[in-house]
Amino acid sequence: MAKIIAGIGTSHVPAIGAAVDNGKTREPYWQPLFDKFEPARHWIEEVKPDVCIIVYNDHAHAFDLSSIAAFSIGTCENFKSSDEGYGPRPIPDVEGDPRLAWHLVESLVMDDFDITIVNDMTVDHGLTVPLSIMYDQPDAWPCQVIPLAVNVVQYPQPKGTRCHALGKAIRKAVESYDRNIKVAIFGTGGLSHQLQGERAGVINEEFDEQFLDDLAANPDKVAQISHAEWLRETGSEGIEAVMWLIMRGALDDEVEEVYRFTHCPASNTNYGMTILQNNS
Amino acid sequence: MRVSNYTRQLFSNSESVMREDRDYSDIPGTYVFDPDHSRTGYHLNMFCMSLNMPQNRDRFREDEAAYLEQFPMTPEQCQAVLERDWVGMLRLGGNIYYTFKIAIFDGLTMQDVGGRMSGVSREEFQQMMIEGGRPPEGNRYKSEWEDNG
Repeated sequence: MAKIIAGIGTSHVPAIGAAVDNGKTREPYWQPLFDKFEPARHWIEEVKPDVCIIVYNDHAHAFDLSSIAAFSIGTCENFKSSDEGYGPRPIPDVEGDPRLAWHLVESLVMDDFDITIVNDMTVDHGLTVPLSIMYDQPDAWPCQVIPLAVNVVQYPQPKGTRCHALGKAIRKAVESYDRNIKVAIFGTGGLSHQLQGERAGVINEEFDEQFLDDLAANPDKVAQISHAEWLRETGSEGIEAVMWLIMRGALDDEVEEVYRFTHCPASNTNYGMTILQNNS
Repeated sequence: MRVSNYTRQLFSNSESVMREDRDYSDIPGTYVFDPDHSRTGYHLNMFCMSLNMPQNRDRFREDEAAYLEQFPMTPEQCQAVLERDWVGMLRLGGNIYYTFKIAIFDGLTMQDVGGRMSGVSREEFQQMMIEGGRPPEGNRYKSEWEDNG
């Protein structure tokens, strides 16, 4: 049967993707951050997940305001990169896993999660930047990917408790899948950042460190953070980090924090990464 | 780093769809994209969405005002777009992921737009980020901004 082997939390700042695509990763602004990616890249090279479920938010590319779904699973065989105003990113197409994606949908619906099913979509930086972070620039991505897109743009976003519970249901779904594959789950977005308004540029490193501590050791506490607290403390866009609870919910109660760091700034964001492994 | 008084006065008279009665209503300099905002800004945001397609970017480049006419936006929203009033667009229902597409069209970065919205140059904004960003202290509640006049 399939197994969730680890969770990866990572920011998905578009400028990181642009740095990779335009050969800027050795520049003084970027090199310190990209050096910190190296241990994560070595880790995933060893662990070799067959499929990565990537929890992320689309940023008005594949989806727009005409129809806003809370949780969407992409079932496509292949996903092309969105055109975000500069043409699509020059990266390999993302290979999906329709069989597993549909199994997840069935299991989740039967487990009281009404998932939106997307049979045709592109993937934007929310999903592809984490792939570039973990895998650099391969000719083909070494894993298949199941996109799980979450609405974090339209208030009210899904609650932390709901995200955490969805993660647990995803674990159950993966463990009832009839192939012996290794599945990793990503939670992406955040950490603290505010792109809009007169308060643009807000960063809250203290909150972010506490978030990373609690996500590993006490996720129920993170799940209780209210919308207003996310918005006030981490910036209007920092609420993306609620998606990391979906990743966390899919793991054991007790996890090992294999690697973790923050780096400020990556564009307007406090970049954060954590790799959590099940001890079992 | 505080927003300048000039910036606050500049925008203080613009209409806004911000609710006053929510638990997030007192966060300063922040336009939460709640249902009122979303309803009001729907066509403005969908105009921005149209810029995802290169042929639309070309048409907008040719004649901005004419291009906007195909969207049922208010005159204030059209004006805010044509004048690149970045905060004005947010006040009138814009969402930053959408309005930023206009910035990309203009060849601007997040630091350019962040600076323009908070009343400083791109370089100053970039430097603020390098120094650790805008701190939450003094920037959590509207009353903190009012106290500091």
